[in-house]
Amino acid sequence: MKINMPRWFYQLASPKWSYDIMGMLLPWFAVAAGLLLTAGIIWGLMFAPPDYQQGNSYRIIFIHVPSAILAQSCFMLMAVAGLIGMVWKMKVAHIVAKSAAPIGASMTVIALATGAIWGKPTWGAWWVWDARLTSMLILLFLYMGIMALYSAFENKASGDQAAAILALVGLVNIPIIKYSVEWWNTLHQPATFTLTKKPAMPPEMWLPLLVMVLGYYCFFGFLLMARTRIELLERENKSGWVTTIINEQL
Amino acid sequence: MGYFNSFSEFLDMGGHALYVWLSYAITLAVFILNLLFIWLKKRAFFSLAKRQTKREQRNL
Amino acid sequence: MSFFSAILHRDLLLALRNRNEIINPLAFFMIVIALFPLAVSPEATVLSKIAPGIIWVAALLATLLSLDSLFKNDFEDGSLEQLLVSPQSLVLLTIGKVLSHWLMSGFLLALLSPLLAIMLFLPTQAFGALVGSLLLGTPTLSLIGAIGAALTVGLRKGGVLISLLVLPLYIPVLIFGAGAVQAGVMGVPIAGYMALLGAMMVFSLMFAPFAIAAALKLSIRN
Repeated sequence: MKINMPRWFYQLASPKWSYDIMGMLLPWFAVAAGLLLTAGIIWGLMFAPPDYQQGNSYRIIFIHVPSAILAQSCFMLMAVAGLIGMVWKMKVAHIVAKSAAPIGASMTVIALATGAIWGKPTWGAWWVWDARLTSMLILLFLYMGIMALYSAFENKASGDQAAAILALVGLVNIPIIKYSVEWWNTLHQPATFTLTKKPAMPPEMWLPLLVMVLGYYCFFGFLLMARTRIELLERENKSGWVTTIINEQL
Repeated sequence: MGYFNSFSEFLDMGGHALYVWLSYAITLAVFILNLLFIWLKKRAFFSLAKRQTKREQRNL
Repeated sequence: MSFFSAILHRDLLLALRNRNEIINPLAFFMIVIALFPLAVSPEATVLSKIAPGIIWVAALLATLLSLDSLFKNDFEDGSLEQLLVSPQSLVLLTIGKVLSHWLMSGFLLALLSPLLAIMLFLPTQAFGALVGSLLLGTPTLSLIGAIGAALTVGLRKGGVLISLLVLPLYIPVLIFGAGAVQAGVMGVPIAGYMALLGAMMVFSLMFAPFAIAAALKLSIRN
């Protein structure tokens, strides 16, 4: 079964082409990230109204929710990139997947840390085993496993394949993990707090949040492309175009 | 200053100063660390490449 | 540079070059601890009671996991044999290797433990006992474990075997280590427990190196 992909898809398979395209896009993503994040943070910290129940501590939402969203999107991207790498035998796709892993893990760490810190004034405890925090923790373990797998292989191509398989297995598992953790949580029903499920946020609150989410995505894109470019240089270091770049730098 | 009456009120965050600023600080630190690691990787690559080309030029 | 510091320097340098080998036991430590709330109960009342035991057992298992690599790399490339036939003191060699291993495993586990203790709702007054008992107890675990690692270094399926050999010997350390943390929870003085843990560490430091050296020579010969 041959699926016909658009031309740019096959062009991305060329390391040099990808390197150049990403080099072109990098400054745009950097500027966009800088603007969106700065605007979002100032808006969220100063110009959004305080929450009726939580006061000003809810402002952590502006860095917590985007990181949680990114943590999950990144895993999906990593798994899809690994799949593309395996099916279309594209080295660049595998490199993108490998570069995404540490960024996704960082986002998960931010989500966990800010979530726990937010929990203290809200729930009275630094950590609670609620469904969302627990799912995030398991996601962090999955990321760590994938990163460990990449570094365990000396042959980079085998490492790529192994990590891609693990990422896909992990991806399939995420709904299962979420479901079982939700189920486990409703069984225990810790009575000391209620989950902060904000049913509807006024636009003064979700607009800055949206800006932050976009800013996080741009920052993620920047980091991903920067990392991918370096990995491309490292893996293709014997080829002509890389030696040209090296000689230019000297 | 938006919903805060003064800068010191802004810093205080209605008593939640520790939590809000600690969270933002951690986030900023992780962002900066990410950027730093990428920069270090790039520097390591080019310094290694420089050493290798120097070695090859000597052997020619 | 003296032989001891040379061995220490070499092993630490090798360990730091393979950073993922350090992270793995720490990650295992975290995951094992995270399993208990999922399997038992997430309630603070239940978890705080079993927290001392969970953390200590997890530290034990994580140390066991890291032992496999203690001598393996040197054995496989032949440098272990070279070190053993050299005129240098075997006691210093073993202590140097175990010390560098402990710095990259047990020591880090002890430092990481308070963070995990928060997740298990261990009362903060017990944190001193927690870190202290782990700092005093994990060197003993490394020393005794090194005997097991030395005995099995030549074998292919050494991993599980090390656990079987070494776990019975670990039990006293576990009992007093977890006991120290429990005492800390109850607000009872912990000096007695710490003294016992310290004594066990000194005792193993005095005698384990000889056992390790003998076991290494045996493994090399086979």
